[in-house]
Amino acid sequence: MFIIPFVWLIRSSLMNLSQIFTMPPEWIPRPFQWSNFHKALTVLPFDVFFKNTLIIVVTVLVGTVITSSIGAFGFSRIQWKGRDTVFAILMTSMMLPAAVTIIPSFLGWQMMGLYDTLYPLIVPAYFGGGIFNIFLLRQFYLTIPRDFDEAAFVDGANYWQIYTRIIFPLSRSAIIVVALFSFLASWNDFMGPLIYLKSDSLFTLALGLQMFQGTYTAQWDLLMAASATVVLPCVIVFLAGQRYFLEGITLTGLKG
Amino acid sequence: MRKGMFYGLLFTAPAILGFAIFTLGPMIASLVLSLTDYNVFKEQTAFVGLDNFTRLFSGEDELFYKSLGITFYFVVLRVPAVILLSFGIALLLNLNVKGRAIFRTIIYLPSIVPAVASAMIWMWLLNPDLGLINSLLSRLHLPTSNWLYGEGSVIPSVVLTTLWGIGSTVIIFLAGLSGIPRQYYEAIEVDGGGWFRKLSHVTVPMVTPTIFFNTIMTIIGSFQVFNEAYILTQGGPNNQSLFYVFYLWRTGFRDAEMGYASALAWILFIIILFFTFIVFRTSKSWVYYEGGDRT
Repeated sequence: MFIIPFVWLIRSSLMNLSQIFTMPPEWIPRPFQWSNFHKALTVLPFDVFFKNTLIIVVTVLVGTVITSSIGAFGFSRIQWKGRDTVFAILMTSMMLPAAVTIIPSFLGWQMMGLYDTLYPLIVPAYFGGGIFNIFLLRQFYLTIPRDFDEAAFVDGANYWQIYTRIIFPLSRSAIIVVALFSFLASWNDFMGPLIYLKSDSLFTLALGLQMFQGTYTAQWDLLMAASATVVLPCVIVFLAGQRYFLEGITLTGLKG
Repeated sequence: MRKGMFYGLLFTAPAILGFAIFTLGPMIASLVLSLTDYNVFKEQTAFVGLDNFTRLFSGEDELFYKSLGITFYFVVLRVPAVILLSFGIALLLNLNVKGRAIFRTIIYLPSIVPAVASAMIWMWLLNPDLGLINSLLSRLHLPTSNWLYGEGSVIPSVVLTTLWGIGSTVIIFLAGLSGIPRQYYEAIEVDGGGWFRKLSHVTVPMVTPTIFFNTIMTIIGSFQVFNEAYILTQGGPNNQSLFYVFYLWRTGFRDAEMGYASALAWILFIIILFFTFIVFRTSKSWVYYEGGDRT
């Protein structure tokens, strides 16, 4: 049940139109129409869409990992007055529907002259990297024994050195989870690019695919080939990091 | 510890600034906007007080009530379906069968598929004339459906497509299940109880915190459905899938009525808060925390 749509997608992306609609349905393409991929990806500038998506994904990933891990450090390994209250307040933003902030955010970016640029999709990642990620890393940091910091303090280390030399390297697996989440979230983001981008030359794969759907509605073979191309990197990244991934979600799902 | 205060704030500054700039600021701005008639195409903007809200509730805007009703219908259909199905799958995956890791991966895989791509797959599977599902149904001599193109079937069809992506809910249930101590089951075995007694006396009570968490998250997510509305149906047919956030997007970004759309956004916020609050209140009577801590 969970696999059939995938199989259907892949088999259809490799068939010609007449075979796709054969009744009863056939599962094996005969012959394999590899040219579908070439056709689908060249009728629209998918190379440009791909480049834009890559720029967003990589810069967002870097920003998310750096600022969320720094933030999580400040919320778990440093004692300061009001820390937990501040953290609780930040956590409320997880409950807030995106719809409430989307219009003022849009107007704000527009006023700064940054509508129809990639900045609105990238810059927020450098401001905290998402409270969910901070939460996830904070949970992880809290499990690292305090003695490590104490010992480092005795040796004359400061907070920055403790973060870069001890905590960050020790939490590699949690960092990988955050990186994976960040990759998938920005690769899959649809509403953000839809609202902030106007020029085709800045479109991401998600928008390109939607545009493709509008233009080539009846070309199911090409539609499926294009969809498969957008899905595939996600699947590869997921399979590569699934060990950490499933652990990471498990980690966050414990407290009711 | 003065030093701690300084460094604590320094490390958390990006997150705190981010909250102020991208959450708190826009929230206040959105509240202010909802009290104006701001429209991108109009020269002047006036403060109109609660006019937007009276216009919404007076019944003048039929689409508001319509989209609200549709969204409620969607939430009512989807939340129990997601919770029951993902709990059932989690129970199956929690059995000690071979290849458990592979099944977990398979269940989770669809939830990483980009919304546009998964929508395209489903549009086609559900295509009334050419789709796999109708062709299978007719071969089995079962009634077919117009799915996304039928006024009555569109919402259940969207629910169906979103059920494909329940993987993360399943994983969270699995986490809850794996935290149940084995001794509880052994105690029931000693008393001669079967699987049903185990399920009703141990499993369900012990995972109530997880059910609670998943229910809240699913409610919040279901009220905000947008991608499916935009990609699968564009609100159609005949506005029968005019989801609330899609209507909000259309009002704000297509019709450029941003003041009015902000009022719509605040109403959604209040509705979500209300339902979250209700679930929190009722949770006292059904969520079991180990250690008997029922605050």
